[in-house]
Amino acid sequence: MKHRPLLVMAACAMPACAATTLAAAAGSNAFNPDIALILTGTYAGIQHDPAGYAIPGFPLADETGPGERGFQLGESELSLSANIDPDWYGVLTYAIAGDNTAGVENAYVQSSSLGHGLTVRAGRFFSAIGYLNEQHAHTWDFVDTALAYRAFLGNQFGDDGVQLRWVAPTDLYMEFGAEWLRGDAFPAGGSADNGRGAWSVFFHAGDDVGESDSWRAGLSWLSAKSADRITTSPAGDDSFTGDSTLAIADFVWKWAPEGNNYDRNFKLQAEYLLRNDDGEFTPAAGSASPLNSDANGWYLQGVYQFVHGWRVGLRHDRLCADDPGAAFAGTVLDTQGHTPSRNSIMLDYAGSEFSRLRLQYNHDESGVVADNQWFLQYQMSLGAHGAHQF
Amino acid sequence: MNYRTRVIAAMLLAAVLRPAAAADLNVFACEPEWAALTQELAGDHADITTATTARQDPHHIQARPSLIARLRRADLVVCSGAGLEIGWLPMLQRQSGNAAVQDGRPGLFDAAMQVDRLEIPASADRAMGDVHPEGNPHVQMDPRRIAAIASALTARLKQIDPAHAADYDARGADFGKRWQAAIKRWEAEAEPLRGVRVVVHHRSWSYLFDWLGIEQAGELEPKPGVPPGAGHLAELKAELAAKPAKMVIYAAYQDNRAADWLARETGIPAVELPFTVGGTEAAKDLFGLYDDTLNRMLQALHESH
Repeated sequence: MKHRPLLVMAACAMPACAATTLAAAAGSNAFNPDIALILTGTYAGIQHDPAGYAIPGFPLADETGPGERGFQLGESELSLSANIDPDWYGVLTYAIAGDNTAGVENAYVQSSSLGHGLTVRAGRFFSAIGYLNEQHAHTWDFVDTALAYRAFLGNQFGDDGVQLRWVAPTDLYMEFGAEWLRGDAFPAGGSADNGRGAWSVFFHAGDDVGESDSWRAGLSWLSAKSADRITTSPAGDDSFTGDSTLAIADFVWKWAPEGNNYDRNFKLQAEYLLRNDDGEFTPAAGSASPLNSDANGWYLQGVYQFVHGWRVGLRHDRLCADDPGAAFAGTVLDTQGHTPSRNSIMLDYAGSEFSRLRLQYNHDESGVVADNQWFLQYQMSLGAHGAHQF
Repeated sequence: MNYRTRVIAAMLLAAVLRPAAAADLNVFACEPEWAALTQELAGDHADITTATTARQDPHHIQARPSLIARLRRADLVVCSGAGLEIGWLPMLQRQSGNAAVQDGRPGLFDAAMQVDRLEIPASADRAMGDVHPEGNPHVQMDPRRIAAIASALTARLKQIDPAHAADYDARGADFGKRWQAAIKRWEAEAEPLRGVRVVVHHRSWSYLFDWLGIEQAGELEPKPGVPPGAGHLAELKAELAAKPAKMVIYAAYQDNRAADWLARETGIPAVELPFTVGGTEAAKDLFGLYDDTLNRMLQALHESH
C-alpha cells in the first residue's frame, strides 16, 4: 500500500502527458464543443394588458415591454463553445423564444493567443458597454432587465461587428476597449453608413478591498446612427433618422465574509445612462420633425444571499426625458409630464448551481397608469458549466 | 522638467500603476497549497500570487477584476485542475488577454492532472451532485502525489525559465529529500489511524484516506456540493449507531454546524482540519499542513477512546 506505484507519476514529468492521457480517455468525441442549455420559463401576472404598454417620452424597440401574460417559455438558450485552435475560441448561442422562433444571440470568435493583454472578437455579440449589457439573461438577478436598458438599449444591445480589448499590466485592473458595429440593433437602426453604423468605447477598472470586498466600475460611450429606424408603439410605427449617443457609468460592489460567498454574500449594483437623440423623428400619425432631445435613466439594486441558496433583492428604476416640444405633442415622445419609475422585490432559491426558482413583484409606474406585476420563474442549466463574469 | 521632478513624476506614476515586480517568473496559484509548493521549488525566482485563501471554497470563486489583472501578468498558472476551478478560471483566462496561460500552453499547470485520480465516474450525471468527470480534484492531501506533482512542476519551471534550470533542479532535489523523510515520519506517526472510520463533510479527503488506509464512514453532504440537510444527517446518525466512527472532519472553509450537530448526537469529536496551507495557525507551509492535520486527527482519536 505504502509503495503502491503512482501510474502516471513517472511518465508525467513530461508536461505534455496530461493532455494525451485525457484525450485517450475521452476518445473521438473529445473535440466536440461544450454544450450548455438554459431552460427558462415564466408565469407572469400583469394587471394591465401589456399590448398597450408604453413609456411616455421613449420610443421602444420590439419586444421590450413587460412581456406576455400567463405561462410562457421566456428565453431558453442553447450555447455551443470550444477552443477552435491554439489561436481562437468560438461561441454560438441560440435564444429560443416563446413564439417558436429562434434567434442567433451570440456567434463570435475570439482570439486567445495575441498576448500583451489584447483580445480581439468578431461576429455577433453583446456589446461590453455598461455592466448589465454583457450579462446573459440567465445571470440577471431579476426576471426583467433595468428600465433604462429597456428604454435606451432595447433590453440588451447586441450587434454584428468587431471588438478590441486591452487589459493594462497593472495591479489595479484596468481594461480599455472599442467596438465597431453594423448598426442594425436599437438604439441604432437601418445599418447606416453601409453597415458600419455604430461604435463604442469603454473602460473598466476594479480591485479588491481586503479579503471580503471587491468592486468594478466602468464608463462607456456608444454612438449609434439610425437610417429609418422603426420602433413600435400602441399607436403604430415610428421612424427615426439621425444620431443617438449614449454615455453609461456603472458600478458593482460585492461582499462575502472572508471572500467565502457560499453561505452569505451581498451585491450592490448601479448604472446611470444618459442619451441624446439628434435627427428627424416621424411619429406614427404625423409628419417628420427635427428632434434633439436628452433623456437619462438609472437603477440601483441590491441582492443579499442570507443563507446558502436563498437570495432576496430590491431594485429601483427611474427614467427622465426632456419634453420634446409642441411638434411631438400626443406622440410617443410626449412625456405627458410623467416620470417613469419602478420598484421591484425578488426572492429566489437555488437548489444547486444549476437550478433556480424565482418570485418577483414589480410596482411598475413606467407607464402613465401604475401596474402591478407578479412573476414566477424557473431557470435551469444543463450540460457544460459555463464560468460567469464578475 | 529637471531631473528631480522627472524622478518624482516617474515615482508617482509607478505608485499609481504599480507595474509587475521584477522577479523572473510571475506565478498565479489558484490555491494556497500550490503557492506553497511553487515557493518551495522556485524560491526567489518566483513572485507568487494566490487567488484563494484557506477560508474560501475553491469551487465557488468569483472571476474578480483583481484576479483578471493578476492573471494578465502571469507567466505560469498553477492550479488543481480536474474541473475544480471550472466555474471561474476559464473566465479569467478569456478576459486576461494572456496567451501564455491558455489551455494547452506550458504556462498552465494542472496539478491533479499530473497524477492518477480517484473516483473517476463511469458516467457523469448531475443527479449525482457536483461530480467531476476527471475524478476527485482534491489531490493535495496525499504526500506521495505531492512528490509526483513537485517533479512535474520542477520540469515545468525549467521549461518556462530555462536560464535557471540548474537552480530548479537543485531546489527540486532538496525538496524531494526533505519531503521523502517527512513522508516516512508521517506514515509512522499516522499508524494508529489505519482502518479508523471517519465521517467527512465533503469528499475532500479521499486522497488522505487512500494514503493512510483510513475508512470513510459517511459524508455530511447528501451528494457532493449539496449542503447537509436534516433528513440525511438523521440517516447518517442511524448508520453510525450501527457502525460507529471515531470522528467527523471538515475543512476550515466549511460551515461547522452539521459536523458539530453530529458530534453532539453521537459523542464523537468534530475536527476542523486546515485542508490547505493557511487553514490553521500551524499549517504555515506544506510540511505544517500535514503535521497539523495528523496532530489534530491523532488528538481526536485519543479523545474518542
